[in-house]
Amino acid sequence: MAQTPDVKKYDKKFLIGLLEQMALIRRFEEKAAQQYGLRKIGGFCHIYIGQEAVATGAVSAVDLAKDYVLTAYRDHGHALAVGMDPKSVMAELYGKKTGCSRAKGGSMHMFDASKNFLGGNGIVGAHIPVSTGVGLKIKYREEDGVVLCFFGDGAIHQGSFHESLNMAGVWKLPVVYICENNQYGMGTDYRRVSAEPDLWKLAGSYKMPGTFADGMNALDVHEKVKTAVERARSDSQPSLIEARTYRYMGHSMSDPAKYRTKEELMEQKEQDPIIILQKQMNEADMLTDDEYKEIDDKAKETVKEAIDFAENSEEPEIDSLYEDVLA
Amino acid sequence: MAVISYRDALNQALDEEMTRDDSVLLMGEEVAQYNGAYKVSRGLWDKYGDKRVIDTPITEEGFTGIGVGAAIAGLRPVVEWMTFNFSIQALDQIVNNAAKMRHMSGGQLKVPIVFRGANGPAEYLSSQHSQALATYYAHVPGLKVVAAATPYDAKGLLKSAIRDDNPVVMMEAELLYGIEGEVPKDEYLVPIGQADIKRPGDEVTIISFGKVVHKALDAAKQLENEGISAEVIDLRSLRPLDEEAIIKSVQKTNRCVIVDESWPVCSFGSYVSHIVAHNCFDVLDAQVELISSIDVPMPYNHTLELAVQPSVKKIVRAAKKVLYIED
Repeated sequence: MAQTPDVKKYDKKFLIGLLEQMALIRRFEEKAAQQYGLRKIGGFCHIYIGQEAVATGAVSAVDLAKDYVLTAYRDHGHALAVGMDPKSVMAELYGKKTGCSRAKGGSMHMFDASKNFLGGNGIVGAHIPVSTGVGLKIKYREEDGVVLCFFGDGAIHQGSFHESLNMAGVWKLPVVYICENNQYGMGTDYRRVSAEPDLWKLAGSYKMPGTFADGMNALDVHEKVKTAVERARSDSQPSLIEARTYRYMGHSMSDPAKYRTKEELMEQKEQDPIIILQKQMNEADMLTDDEYKEIDDKAKETVKEAIDFAENSEEPEIDSLYEDVLA
Repeated sequence: MAVISYRDALNQALDEEMTRDDSVLLMGEEVAQYNGAYKVSRGLWDKYGDKRVIDTPITEEGFTGIGVGAAIAGLRPVVEWMTFNFSIQALDQIVNNAAKMRHMSGGQLKVPIVFRGANGPAEYLSSQHSQALATYYAHVPGLKVVAAATPYDAKGLLKSAIRDDNPVVMMEAELLYGIEGEVPKDEYLVPIGQADIKRPGDEVTIISFGKVVHKALDAAKQLENEGISAEVIDLRSLRPLDEEAIIKSVQKTNRCVIVDESWPVCSFGSYVSHIVAHNCFDVLDAQVELISSIDVPMPYNHTLELAVQPSVKKIVRAAKKVLYIED
């Protein structure tokens, strides 16, 4: 287990911000799962609960005025972490015209170009080259930006990952590859399908730094990503970070997750990312229980507003299906 | 007017567009230091350097996806596939990413990229290296697909493709690179979506695209010697398709032969046949004929491989068939 960064060295406002985002993602996802059960949301719906520390810890280490974020299909958490309006995210889940992708994308395809958040991509590993191409653009234009590319442990054995890291290594592209190892690629324990189970070590094949991060600890993720971002920004040097985390729910809403035991799940939940940060702040006298309750209540209220917005938004017009195909 | 080769016409298009717009870059296997596998990019690396003419490793999925990422982030990459046979490795990036990024982002992103390379049968290469894959790309909404038969069209279409804000797949052919034709000195564009009457006639319409347009023209010449006036339509653009040009010609001639070097099943030629049958049913004086490659993988033996493909003889015979002239 990685050494836990000391909360005292952080600004309280920053820590509260992390908590607020994690609470928002947690409450948003609980509600998304519930609304899925009520058939308000359809399709595949990959819930992010348990992994909140990764998106929030990582995104808090970049500046989205110049940096970019791309991720795969478990993207609600990243969408909220980059500051997308929860209303537009929920409306997209509802398939309403007010959704961020005008009801064309759904759960797996959240986008907000104004926040440099370029998806939300549904094919395992296929956005890793795309993220690398965004890195190529930054280098080509001699900009100061960095790309955060999130993907799961299931994607790390795809050719697209290895092809991308090789080219990013050769061309020195400013991309931070973040493998969110939630330990199961759908129903498959990553150890069963990984010749090298220390996934961060794969970086060695491409002569780039590889780092392990505790993906249940937002501050550890933040620190590791910050270091990688600085390296990318100043030396245009890519990195690979394995953030080991855990998803509390199944792969998607249709997965009861019978491939793991209740005991395992309970044990993992003791490492809850929100409780970890809350506890650290409590012990450092930086947060009272009432203050946290306020944060959590605010998150619940925001999610309620998002649900109301989605419920009351209109369905897209039939003719809109011809739109957004070509520029 | 200068008479130049097809490859030099493409080279001029790349050179002019790279000079005009610094967001244009070329990437692919051997495009830089080797001057291009088919020498289309000769001299460009010397002129524009490593930054804008990029040699990639042999990783079609990876570098095609990197091109897509660079495009959504604001560059205008031209991705060269050495041949379309290898582009199948990148099919996911083209179909799932290039063609869909605009759609699934609800119109937030545009994907101004060109994919180009040699498509179609060559000689003595057997089944993995001698395939006409137009249908694969023409099938997908969100892509534009063009094929140039002449140096004039090659230059004008490539320049249009580079300036287009959508992903454009441009099909060339190994056996076309050396052909020569007139190309004006002054700048011009060939609009995407506009078919060209390569030879006017009024007794039978022969519809084709790409390399086999030349076979259609040779067939028309032979038919003329026998007193038959054939009109040869070069589609130039499969997507969008100039249906009006097809319908207008068949309305004039009342007879139609389609020549497509793809396999026949679910092919682009068979779709054109549907367009003709659907729109010209009342004016057709005979059934529509489709001359395609025979429905087998390409053999190595030269006599066999020629027997597989559309030939002048097959086209002439089909024209006579729809004219009810005994062979």
